[in-house]
Amino acid sequence: MLISTFIIWSCSNESVDRYSPTPNPLRIPQLFQDKILNPILPPNNPQTIEGIALGKKLFFDPILSGDNTQACADCHTPENAFTDIDRFSKGIDGSIGKRNSMPIFNLAWNYDEKFFWDGRVFSLEHQAFRPVTDPTEMKSTWNQVTQKLQEHPDYPSLFQQAFGSRSIDSILVTKAIAQFERTLISSNSKFDNFLLGKATLTAEEQNGFNVFMDETKGDCFHCHGSDNNPLWTDNLFHNNGLDATFTDLGLGKFTGDPADNGKFKTPSLRNLAFTAPYMHDGRFATLEEVINHYSEGLKHSSTIDPLMKKVAQGGVQLSNEDKADLKSFLLSLSDYEFVNNPNFKNQ
Amino acid sequence: MNKTVSIVVLFFTIFLSCHTDNDDKANNTTVSFNFSHHWDGTPVTNQDFNVIKFTNENGEQLSIERLRYLISDITFTKQSGEVLKTNDYNLVDVTNGENLTFTPTMIIPSGIYSKVSFTFGFKNEKNTDAVYQDLNIASWFVPAMLGGGYHYMQFDGKFINSSSIEQGFNYHAIRAVDTSGSEPIFPQDTFIIVNLGPVTISNDSTFNIEMNIAEWFKNPNTWDLNTYNQMLMPNTTAQIMMFENGQNAFSLKSIE
Repeated sequence: MLISTFIIWSCSNESVDRYSPTPNPLRIPQLFQDKILNPILPPNNPQTIEGIALGKKLFFDPILSGDNTQACADCHTPENAFTDIDRFSKGIDGSIGKRNSMPIFNLAWNYDEKFFWDGRVFSLEHQAFRPVTDPTEMKSTWNQVTQKLQEHPDYPSLFQQAFGSRSIDSILVTKAIAQFERTLISSNSKFDNFLLGKATLTAEEQNGFNVFMDETKGDCFHCHGSDNNPLWTDNLFHNNGLDATFTDLGLGKFTGDPADNGKFKTPSLRNLAFTAPYMHDGRFATLEEVINHYSEGLKHSSTIDPLMKKVAQGGVQLSNEDKADLKSFLLSLSDYEFVNNPNFKNQ
Repeated sequence: MNKTVSIVVLFFTIFLSCHTDNDDKANNTTVSFNFSHHWDGTPVTNQDFNVIKFTNENGEQLSIERLRYLISDITFTKQSGEVLKTNDYNLVDVTNGENLTFTPTMIIPSGIYSKVSFTFGFKNEKNTDAVYQDLNIASWFVPAMLGGGYHYMQFDGKFINSSSIEQGFNYHAIRAVDTSGSEPIFPQDTFIIVNLGPVTISNDSTFNIEMNIAEWFKNPNTWDLNTYNQMLMPNTTAQIMMFENGQNAFSLKSIE
């Protein structure tokens, strides 16, 4: 009798701690299925309901910062397509970084898995390690963070549900955040719906798209993709003629190759309505300034990409009408459902 | 007696079966293609990129910053006229040192072939807009206004122009197109069938293919980068000149 009771109790205890996360594969949009390769999903960090929920809670929780005042979401706000409106974001002690906060969406399709403006980190999980300890951002240590999480009334059980362990470490924290970030998929802009036959472009938007695709005008497609690439980026690194000399080496600082100096990651053109200011250093406050740069503002340097056209003349010299239409087209890539999605907000 | 005959028949059946299997194995080979590059005999790798160190036939000094090209439809033609064709394609990326070796999925029987060839670019029937997902994310497509489909080659760099100023060039080969009318029309095919000549294949083999990059500027058209440097995709004349100059850019160096 005693033995039976012991066995029953043991089994009952096991069921309480059983680790059985619920798989929650990414829902891949139709255009993505049709036109591009499958997303990068690390086999050691499968998407689960529990992992994503934990990642979302961590993303919005200032507990990750040194003084409990700053969350990931403070510099990556949902209404701004997960960037912010500042040229340079402020850290917990008012420190200012030197790069513009990058928007966060469709990151599972970053095939080379090089993250940050300068590509210095491989994999989304590793990317999430950095801001926590960056002195100009959250300025904490992983020891402090994991200790706070471990002592929190909720987190140990949430980690148990997500990863089968109440013992919290930085690897599990970043895995959870990466799972949440992979769910941030933007695929419902007006132009997406145009491609799906559900919307009609205005004459201005259509002409703007033609300017974008015309090698003798905008020639934007060589780096930013096209209707055949719904990511609207090549996820590569280019010097797009911002400066004649470099104060920020970009990719070159990471690789040590002078040929990479002044190169920065091509940002996606999705959601530009929400992501100003623009460029790696946020130097352009408006889309007009961005378009003027490519039209008349290019500066020659040794590493400027040969794809930059008519550099000696400053650029491709678009007409005012083409500039306005190009802006109209670019704004048609904005996904209002994405920035208003309640699943992506702290509620 | 019947039992003895049966055993003998069974023995020879098994023996012959094994013999046939061995022959088949000996006949099937895997063939790989290795792509290397030179400038009129001087080897070129991505380590030579980003520096103005080459001089073309027209005397212009230039650098290479990006070199990618697509090959497809590797074809083995037997002496009997039978054709074995792979349906694979390969985007050779010299810039990043990727896909410099390509092994088609097809098994090639050993034997004598009157011709081995591949296509530089895509033949028209395979140059279908948007259908290759890996090429879509590689920014390899051609805009629909130029007929769609895909690039054949992206060769970017900088040269010293006639004003002694460093200037970019984009030697992008595509299907030649005429956009002067309301719809794009194609004046002539500009993919290139590269004939590697007759070969004998007896074992697993690697074809060492060379591209002489200088050829793109040389023969029969001496290429003037001051005239043809950027925005060449919609330039029908430039595309046809690229097609003509590419005829002798590739050669079979050896088979190992």
